[in-house]
Amino acid sequence: MKTYTCDAVIVGAGPGGSMAAKYCAQGGMDVILIEKKAEIGAPLRCAEGVSKSWLDEVGIKPDSTWIRADMKGAIIKSTKGTTYQLDESKAGNEVGYVLERHLFDKALARDAANAGAKIMMRTSCTGIIREDGKIVGIKAKSMGEEIEIRAKVVVAADGYESQVGRWAGIDTTLKLSDIDSCIQYRMCNIDITPDYCEFVIGSAAPGGYIWVFPKGEKVANVGIGVAGHLCKKGADAKYYLDKWIAEDPRFKNGQILEIMGGFVSTCPGLDSAVDDNIVLVGDAARIIDPITGGGICHACRTGMYAGQVLSECNKTGDFSKKALQPYEKRWRDRMEDKLFRNWMAKEKLATLDDDTIDDIIKMVKTSEISNVTVYNLLKAIKEKYPKVVEGFEDLI
Amino acid sequence: MIQVNVDKCLHCGGCVGSCPKNAIYLNDFVLEFNSDCINCGICVKLCPVAALTKV
Repeated sequence: MKTYTCDAVIVGAGPGGSMAAKYCAQGGMDVILIEKKAEIGAPLRCAEGVSKSWLDEVGIKPDSTWIRADMKGAIIKSTKGTTYQLDESKAGNEVGYVLERHLFDKALARDAANAGAKIMMRTSCTGIIREDGKIVGIKAKSMGEEIEIRAKVVVAADGYESQVGRWAGIDTTLKLSDIDSCIQYRMCNIDITPDYCEFVIGSAAPGGYIWVFPKGEKVANVGIGVAGHLCKKGADAKYYLDKWIAEDPRFKNGQILEIMGGFVSTCPGLDSAVDDNIVLVGDAARIIDPITGGGICHACRTGMYAGQVLSECNKTGDFSKKALQPYEKRWRDRMEDKLFRNWMAKEKLATLDDDTIDDIIKMVKTSEISNVTVYNLLKAIKEKYPKVVEGFEDLI
Repeated sequence: MIQVNVDKCLHCGGCVGSCPKNAIYLNDFVLEFNSDCINCGICVKLCPVAALTKV
């Protein structure tokens, strides 16, 4: 059997994997980044909306090749139809870009390659190799051939599927109530507001929301995420999305160019994203914003932290769980409070009826929030509807 | 046993990450269930396009 040897093997060339690969390679490590699919960034499993604030933090320069549209604001709508338009002047950095994910992912992989990482396409991890109980690499299938990749440390960046961590004994199993299943159409010929991302909350999307993210003139990603346990019997994500589209006259002449599915976790992250000789990043570590389902910025941050911490560990050769704690500390210090707060808020939002959601949006419309963030919205809600934030008011 | 309607499946991998037994593997366009499957039906409930059924 063909055997490769390296310092770090990274499973999955999404944003988390490529960032980890880049920073490991920059830190002087010998890195192999493997990707199961035949093309990085495709097929798409993403709504492609991101905020702008975090890009600088992880060293990514905005590039016109992967920015499809620059948003001027957001529109938040209740199922009953009350609309709140949020402009850039108020939303600041929370407003963002709609990406071309397939180009964005390739750009990050190219950065990793430029830093020195080796990329193996069409190579899927099939298991973990242990010797005397210690993780020493992965088993993989590369272009149909069984191979082994021996490494001092494994980075699991395998996204929502999160199998590598589980093979390594880290429990990434989700509770049913912490899963949103999603479906999205790329639609054309629709009368949408260009430059504004639209979010619809309430019974139209139980436990989630509907999004319309413009991808240019009369084209948008129109999708939905729903919590399975809150859906009517026999109703799936597609049922709710089709129903909403059929009732909105703006989509009367719309045609679907592409259908895609995908899931997001809506929990506050794993109890531990490391173990001896293994690190989990991004979606694989369940580090996703539980309210928005946004995972790209979290994957980029955790990928960068992992690469930097592993480079330090490589100096001593110690990749034990203890030695990897700086990674745990960094992502928790940066994100844990917010993830937990948004997870609590998600749990509460899911219990609100359409009338209450409508009232909250009306209240926000008339309130004078100058800088609209999830945090400031929750603060305004706390004043008028303290019951909604019961249990996590201390975090607001 | 879980049956996959291959004409409906979007190969999104959602069922893979939601399976409490890690019993599903997405091999490109093919979903493979291994013997760890306990027939709990979580994947059936969550599939966004109802491509999975218990048989």
